Amino acid sequence: MKQLAEVHAELGYTVYTDTDESVLVLNGYTSDLLSDVMGNAAEDSALITIQAHKNTVAVASLIGIKAIILCNGRTPTDDMLASANEEQIAILGTTDNQFTASYRLAKVLGIVS
Amino acid sequence: MQTIPINTYSSPTVILELIYRLKVKDVMTKRLISVTLGTPMRQVQQLMRDNSITGVPVVSKNRLLGIVSMDDIIRALDFGYIEEAVDHHMTKNLILLEDDMPVSFAISYFDRYSFHRFPVLNKDKELVGMVTTRDITNRLLLEINREVEHLEHMNQTTTITDGLTKDIQTFTVLKHDFENAGFASTQIKKKLKQSGLFPQVIRRAAIASYELEMNIVVHSYGGKITAEFSPHEVIITSEDSGPGIDDVDRAMEQGYSTANEWIRSLGFGAGMGLPNVRSVSDDFHIESSAEGTRVQSIIRFSDAQYKEKQL
Repeated sequence: MKQLAEVHAELGYTVYTDTDESVLVLNGYTSDLLSDVMGNAAEDSALITIQAHKNTVAVASLIGIKAIILCNGRTPTDDMLASANEEQIAILGTTDNQFTASYRLAKVLGIVS
Repeated sequence: MQTIPINTYSSPTVILELIYRLKVKDVMTKRLISVTLGTPMRQVQQLMRDNSITGVPVVSKNRLLGIVSMDDIIRALDFGYIEEAVDHHMTKNLILLEDDMPVSFAISYFDRYSFHRFPVLNKDKELVGMVTTRDITNRLLLEINREVEHLEHMNQTTTITDGLTKDIQTFTVLKHDFENAGFASTQIKKKLKQSGLFPQVIRRAAIASYELEMNIVVHSYGGKITAEFSPHEVIITSEDSGPGIDDVDRAMEQGYSTANEWIRSLGFGAGMGLPNVRSVSDDFHIESSAEGTRVQSIIRFSDAQYKEKQL
């Protein structure tokens, strides 16, 4: 478990949104299939994905995901950012791919050593 | 230059739909004041003043020969040929619109050319109207008003009193409207949250409604989501107007999908939607024919699943 602020500070990821950084991130989920995320991601997770559009925010908001990490240098669209700020879901960006982002996040969260 | 500040490719879906659905003939002025060859420029000037218009077409039968614009008149006054006939002084180099073109065409024409108005011809090349930016903005405002009114009606919550107070929310979901996708499920989730249910229950309802909503967006011609709330269950129903699911049994299999590449690239069409809905539902029904698909997901909860005792 880590505060969002610590997560992106330790990973060095770009923050695109202006949301509460004290929220706790408990877990992670890596997928580009939104139905898969919907059905299987745990609450209070960070979602690691390349789906940089508004619908990802809708899914995150519905199931209680706190942050979306966009991989491979993808950047959020304007309407994605607007809706993320509104729903208070953080969007982070990195050039890491999903595999790298996943193991780095797992390390930061203390899930693996 | 007069432009219309509407982006013809990246505006909201409702607006795009509007400017492609409306044709030039729907917005143009049909009551035309025109003159024939031989008319003195002076007379055109008077016509403009009397009718508060800034351009007068010159026609022969129904054929457009040119337009006398305000600029043409000013030049005639400047150079002293205001008493001469329009024949040699009208603007002949014209950009034309056709009455069957979508309004989006007219909008981009105004952005591209410096004209204040475009003559409109029909299929037989006859002059049938004129379009100004004002014609377009007026009509668009009217249509946008109507759309907004329509959207407001769509998302009404109706309360039915049948002894038990049952709240029913209905949401219209449009085909390929990724822009607003998730609205119905967000509203349903909000409503359940207010009732003080535990997050686990709310999550099940959110998953069911979102998947059903996305199915309408992705696969159907459009439809609606209905949520009926009562103290111990929420019934989420999706109904669409076709084209129906060919093989319902296969559609219920994990990983089976008929979505195209574009839909898949957005992260949908993984073949998990309906299986997800079934797995979170206490009761699940599906029926489908070419006329449409109806799916019902019932999620039940006991008093123990409320955080606080409800009112």
